[in-house]
Amino acid sequence: MEHIRTTKVEQVKLLDRFSTSNKSLTGTLYLTATHLLFIDSHQKETWILHHHIALVEKLALTTSGCPLVIQCKNFRIVHFIVPRERDCHDIYNSLLQLSKQAKYEDLYAFSYNPKQNDSERLRGWQLVDLTEEYKRMGLPNSNWQLSDANRDYKICETYPRELYVPRIASKPIIVGSSKFRSKGRFPVLSYYHQNKEAAICRCSQPLSGFSARCLEDEHLLQAISKANPANRYMYVMDTRPRHRMQSWWATQKDIGRIILNAMANRAAGKGYENEDNYSNIRFQFVGIENIHVMRSSLQKLLEVSGSRGLSVSDFYSGLEGAGWLRHIKAVTDAAIFLAKVLIEKDWISFGHKYSDRCGHLDGDPKEVSPVFTQFLECVWHLTEQFPQAFEFNEAFLLQIHEHIHSCQFGNFIGNCQKEREELKLKEKTYSLWPFLLHDQKKYFNPLYSSTSQKLAVLEPNTVSFNFKFWRNMYHQFDRTLHPRQSVFNIIMNMNEQNKQLQKDVKDLESQIKQHKNKQTDGVLTKELLNSVRPESPALKTSLCLKEQTLLPVKDALRTVEGSSPADNRYSEYADEFSKAEPAVVSSEYGVARMTC
Amino acid sequence: MEFAELIKTPRVDNVVLHRPFYPAVEGTLCLTGHHLILSSRQDNTEELWLLHSNIDAIDKRFVGPLGTIIIKCKDFRIIQLDIPGMEECLNIASSIEALSTLDSITLMYPFFYRPMFEVIEDGWHSFLPEQEFELYSSATSEWRLSYVNKEFAVCPSYPPIVIVPKAIDDEALRKVATFRHGGRFPVLSYYHKKNGMVIMRSGQPLTGTNGRRCKEDEKLINATLRAGKRGYIIDTRPLNVAQQARAKGGGFEQEAHYPQWRRIHKSIERYHILQESLIKLVEACNDQTHNMDRWLSRLEASNWLTHIKEILTTACLAAQCLDREGASILIHGTEGTDSTLQVTSLAQIILEPRSRTIQGFEALIEREWLQAGHPFQQRCAQSAYCNSKQKWESPVFLLFLDCVWQILRQFPCSFEFNENLLIMLFEHAYASQFGTFLGNNESERCKLKLQQKTMSLWSWVNRPSELSKFANPLFEANNLVIWPSVAPQSLQLWEGIFLRWNRSSKYLDEAYEEMVNIIEYNKELQAKVNILRRQLAELETEDGMQESP
Repeated sequence: MEHIRTTKVEQVKLLDRFSTSNKSLTGTLYLTATHLLFIDSHQKETWILHHHIALVEKLALTTSGCPLVIQCKNFRIVHFIVPRERDCHDIYNSLLQLSKQAKYEDLYAFSYNPKQNDSERLRGWQLVDLTEEYKRMGLPNSNWQLSDANRDYKICETYPRELYVPRIASKPIIVGSSKFRSKGRFPVLSYYHQNKEAAICRCSQPLSGFSARCLEDEHLLQAISKANPANRYMYVMDTRPRHRMQSWWATQKDIGRIILNAMANRAAGKGYENEDNYSNIRFQFVGIENIHVMRSSLQKLLEVSGSRGLSVSDFYSGLEGAGWLRHIKAVTDAAIFLAKVLIEKDWISFGHKYSDRCGHLDGDPKEVSPVFTQFLECVWHLTEQFPQAFEFNEAFLLQIHEHIHSCQFGNFIGNCQKEREELKLKEKTYSLWPFLLHDQKKYFNPLYSSTSQKLAVLEPNTVSFNFKFWRNMYHQFDRTLHPRQSVFNIIMNMNEQNKQLQKDVKDLESQIKQHKNKQTDGVLTKELLNSVRPESPALKTSLCLKEQTLLPVKDALRTVEGSSPADNRYSEYADEFSKAEPAVVSSEYGVARMTC
Repeated sequence: MEFAELIKTPRVDNVVLHRPFYPAVEGTLCLTGHHLILSSRQDNTEELWLLHSNIDAIDKRFVGPLGTIIIKCKDFRIIQLDIPGMEECLNIASSIEALSTLDSITLMYPFFYRPMFEVIEDGWHSFLPEQEFELYSSATSEWRLSYVNKEFAVCPSYPPIVIVPKAIDDEALRKVATFRHGGRFPVLSYYHKKNGMVIMRSGQPLTGTNGRRCKEDEKLINATLRAGKRGYIIDTRPLNVAQQARAKGGGFEQEAHYPQWRRIHKSIERYHILQESLIKLVEACNDQTHNMDRWLSRLEASNWLTHIKEILTTACLAAQCLDREGASILIHGTEGTDSTLQVTSLAQIILEPRSRTIQGFEALIEREWLQAGHPFQQRCAQSAYCNSKQKWESPVFLLFLDCVWQILRQFPCSFEFNENLLIMLFEHAYASQFGTFLGNNESERCKLKLQQKTMSLWSWVNRPSELSKFANPLFEANNLVIWPSVAPQSLQLWEGIFLRWNRSSKYLDEAYEEMVNIIEYNKELQAKVNILRRQLAELETEDGMQESP
């Protein structure tokens, strides 16, 4: 609290980012220990979590006041005008402090209290169990086993304790290999495809230099290869673009980060016994740039999409210049190479998502973020091509993205399991997953079809025209840019309504039956009847969300009193945009600038 | 002329047809006067029937004795026929070329087409100007129907009946016609019931370099203004283009002569610039090899979405002036038959809920495009694969449909129709068995006796079995003005048209079906709950009566 000097400023203006007429809302700005809150004259609240703030800027003083621009990690950009420079300065300084916490203990997650008791909290953390996940994959089995080599994080600090490795790989081999790999990240199992007996492993780059080799590492790779007896070749996929790798390539000994034992049973080649370093291994390069390139690419993308009065051709040349979609395509292409056989609907479904996230997220959040955003975007592109294959919806992806940065829950804090244990996250913070599960209705894809099993393996089309700008991510908070009516919400609500209606039908039928029975009995008990009346389930309001601007989902539909769907659907949503028109049209975003 | 003269080889066996996303089909190829037919003569395989008029361009290739004809259609589809025998292949190719480029309209298929369906309502009489006027006449008495153009003598591209201000007599209209390009004097396009303001459209004023003026013209448009109110003239050309037009006898309204009007210049492209844009876009969409950067730069270079944005922006501006500013508007470009119609019709989509219904949209096409004299015959003569590059060929109507699609995407529940109606209209504007889109204006259609000799598209579309294909299951009447976003981030490539033949839409179609199922199920359940409630209520009253006799 020592950072906060001013807690409340009145008569603050919030400018519309895309307005050409400098339209604004006036309201009061509040600064709390965790949030910046703006309440406008219509009592609409805009909450900004300090942890979401990426950049605060104080612009030059104008006649109407002192402009304060805040850019958030969830791509929200707000532009305030604070009447008095002094207030602006105070808030600016406070936000600078509050948005950059030096210690983990200052993060919101350590103070956030959702009123769960200890056992609830524990259950929340246990919701996702890695051991269970591996069990689902059919592990351990005759080829793969759980290794205790990293039990005390001695071999690799950034790996979890529990690792699956080939049964025939001995501890010395693992230790040897880890010394050869950057940060000790030796090849371990990431995903196992039970039916096809194929595995995805991952590791970091080898420290082989120009000529060095490491026998243990070679042994380990051979062991991995042998642990997949169904497949003759093992594919090593290097996710770096080839030009960065030329010197390595020259040595013909590259080992990338991802190792895939693909099924491709090509014509017989050299056997395992061949001592030619890494025989039976095929190298594959996919041009995924490093995180720094990615970060600046995203930065460029945001600059383009954020500019006012943007022309179509600026937008597209900007998209091209930013290269973001090119990277997305590269990542997806790579995944498809992997996925020729492996991407399974199940793998990307609800439950697994969680564990994936828990197990794999590491690295400084700032460094990781674009990579993770990219992952989410790739998944989004898949959902666009296969609208029925995913159990979750876009809101789910956006919500996860929101919380990687929010630091409200313990899940994404810390860089690796070791660090997370040291932070005692499980005792001190809460897990996100129970909250998402609690709200799962919001995140279900109404079109999801479990019968799309025939889609078990998705075969996405990666021709460039399939990749589109993800407006709902990068303009999540710029409502004027979005469709004014959401088909998705309507279908989602209707799906919910259908469930309620089914229940109503059942209740009514049983009441009628009861009545008929009673008529024959001549007995009547009115109270009983009334008690059977269906009541709408009262949904608790979401705890994990301060607001959800995009894809707003209304509370459960009330019992339908035989009314037309019009009463409880989107008419309100449409009104908001059309009746109140001003916000949308009047010369928003170049619709109408009158020039003579 | 007999078609037989053009058909050198009417039939070839063992022809293989290749289409994207379908397995190759081997069968017999037949040429008739109007169709290219390929039939595998198996019960379960679909036959290909292709109208010659749908063929935009053909390429031929030979590998040994096997000839290949690549047929590029006006709806952007590309199919390939492998024809054994060089002579057969050459004959087929030259026949297709001749049959797909027939000069005479009266040889077109609509004059030969005999419908296999029962005509419930003759589409030629579905949308009469008198009926349209009746919709207004309850709300206003300031307008009248004029028959001044009965013999198409005053304006060849106008229909015989137009709506004009009551205060202006036919004599004045004749004078105004001499002052406007193509005789297109200002007429009523849309009457906004909410505030009594109107959209009018016309050709450019023929001011020339010496600033000619026409008192009747000034009087005509001033008649639409309320006392003390100003109106807006939206010129769809940039100011410099309008200025240059003076040298050719055209021009724009001078402030001095129209003091109550504020002129706004926009820049909507016309003619070959649009055609080139379409050619580039379709080329980019058909190329599946290029990488991300190249795709984005080709998409940008086509400028298609820039045109969409410009047209939509101008329509929004017109709608805004009318609805928000409460001002009357006159819209024109040069001839008043292209960009003008795009703007007037889109403004109505935005403002008028009726034009978002199926009937209302058809009426809009009929009124603002067909009767208003958009030269369909010229504009839609060729499509994206043409080599001829004639100045008058231009995808003006397709751009309009694309703009409607953009609005439909942003307001998916406010339209009674779905994307299929727009795609169908696009197809029929370029090649059709119906007479609706033949000719360049009502005068030509009258001379061709289309009403007597051909079938109207609306006769076919407006039958319940067809209508169900075009119905939007999400539709819920929305009586409000709908304001679309025109930001580049909000505009999208119309995949249903441009990627239609380039990718499989299987999963998207299945998802759409699932959506329809959910909606249908919802209706079913609601009906059931209502019945059960009633039953229960009846039982309860019966019980009550038994209880207290």
